[in-house]
Amino acid sequence: MNILELKRVTMQFGGLKCVSDLTLRVDANELVGLIGPNGAGKTTVFNLVTGVYRPSSGTIRFLGRNVAGRRPYQITGRGIARTFQNIRLFGSLSVFDNVRTACNMHLRHGISHALLRGRGFRAEEEEIRATVMGFLEVFELADLRGRPANSLAYGDQRRLEIVRALATRPKLLLLDEPAAGMNPSEKDRLMTLIRLTKEKFHLAILLVEHDMRVVMGICERIVVLDYGTKIAEGPPDEIRRDPRVIAAYLGEEAA
Amino acid sequence: MSRPRTLLLAALALCAAGSVFSGSINPYYHDILIMIGINILLAASLNLIIGHTGQFSLGHAGFMAVGAYSSAWITIAWGASAGWLAYLSALFAGGVAAAAAGLAVGVPSLRLRGDYLAIVTLGFGEIIKGVIQNAEPLGAQRGLGGMAQHTNFFWTFACVALAIYGITTLVHSTYGSGFLAVRDDEIAAEAMGINTTKYKVLAFVIGAFVAGIAGGLYAHFKQFIHPEGFSFLRSVDIVVMVILGGMGSTAGVCLAAVVLTVLPEFLRSVSDYPWLPAPVRELAENRMILYSILIVVLMLTRPQGLFGKLDFGRKKP
Repeated sequence: MNILELKRVTMQFGGLKCVSDLTLRVDANELVGLIGPNGAGKTTVFNLVTGVYRPSSGTIRFLGRNVAGRRPYQITGRGIARTFQNIRLFGSLSVFDNVRTACNMHLRHGISHALLRGRGFRAEEEEIRATVMGFLEVFELADLRGRPANSLAYGDQRRLEIVRALATRPKLLLLDEPAAGMNPSEKDRLMTLIRLTKEKFHLAILLVEHDMRVVMGICERIVVLDYGTKIAEGPPDEIRRDPRVIAAYLGEEAA
Repeated sequence: MSRPRTLLLAALALCAAGSVFSGSINPYYHDILIMIGINILLAASLNLIIGHTGQFSLGHAGFMAVGAYSSAWITIAWGASAGWLAYLSALFAGGVAAAAAGLAVGVPSLRLRGDYLAIVTLGFGEIIKGVIQNAEPLGAQRGLGGMAQHTNFFWTFACVALAIYGITTLVHSTYGSGFLAVRDDEIAAEAMGINTTKYKVLAFVIGAFVAGIAGGLYAHFKQFIHPEGFSFLRSVDIVVMVILGGMGSTAGVCLAAVVLTVLPEFLRSVSDYPWLPAPVRELAENRMILYSILIVVLMLTRPQGLFGKLDFGRKKP
């Protein structure tokens, strides 16, 4: 069963077509890689799916419902969470508060409860605390819980961003270049982490990544974009040998 | 019972106890004390907008004016029979009127940020002043007087205690984490499922409500209000308290409100101390210069605010 389905989606900025006529699907519990040379439109696809942009034409269906044109927080509310290419943590907040913020959307209690601090409110705050600590423990960030997010090491910040996205309890997770700026051993840890995340939380994951070792290593299916159009799709082994993909990356002659 | 609520009750009891003695204080000190309370309300509420939610506002005196004039108008219309119940409902109505104004200003904040929002809110404050200056029923340029002096030590500091409790408990709750998320990164906040529109408007509404209450307290303390008292300069005074206290730290901002209320009065008295060297006394006569210099020095030495990151009710996770 597919949970995300883009049908003939086009995104145009003035005369520039960043994504044109893209059709793409992600099945439940599947790990799909989205690759392509610089400027191919990968991040634009993410911004379309998460509601940052409204597509010029085409439909984006998530769990059977059209989400194109919805505001980002509404789309997150339906179960799509993301991380950012250039890390966007709440820098001055603690690691704990960063993850807690992601629990905001699931609150049962409103502003009056927060002011009156009744029994139900306190029980829920305690419940959230336990949930957040659970997440931090799984991802080995529990010891850093009190530190401001912008004081963390780069790799920890990347990890925290993934944890924060998971805390919204998504059904589909979009990872935008999670391995950017990591060294080989950090990348290995990241790959293990992504696999673990998928198994443990029963998620579908759509991954944009430049690092071929990471993409080929974990993705079950790969979609290749070039100049906003899909040029190839298939399992990693097929993509690796596809002449169109090699041409897009290395130029016509190499193919 | 949770700790914050116990502290609130203790603070209210303290206000009641203090009000027993407030009658015997020298009227000059009593005046300063009430102004400290009103300034704490203004600074703490603006801190919710600027410090916690990151929306720069230069129109806080405008919200205060809305609260002051609406509540004064109500108690005057009530006439001489207006008791403390009428006074309290007038205060509340003033807060609600200011909150409505906050809603009106909150809407442009959805499209504007930073300097642009500051200019729009500045314009808003001036419009409020301009409207009052031309409104005959509100006394126009003559100002509005004739309210009974209902505001006393108890009501002022009860409001202070309630406002500090409310703001602190809100920003430390999971619900209130939305304010801080909007300040730190709006795009990430949306991506985490937070309705940034709601939180920005809410910050303006709550901030304006508290400023409106402060205005009502002020009107029924001075018993005379004038449009010039709610000018752009008044807004800047409040912004200075927020910046000096450390944006986002309610405790620091309250301390700054106390310091900046007491300092000019203290400098007024310095020139009377015969044991001080003559140059100091002369400088103190130009106390506004000294006041400005002290602010510059404080800002240079404590750029993170008086208290830095310390705040009420912050506990380790």
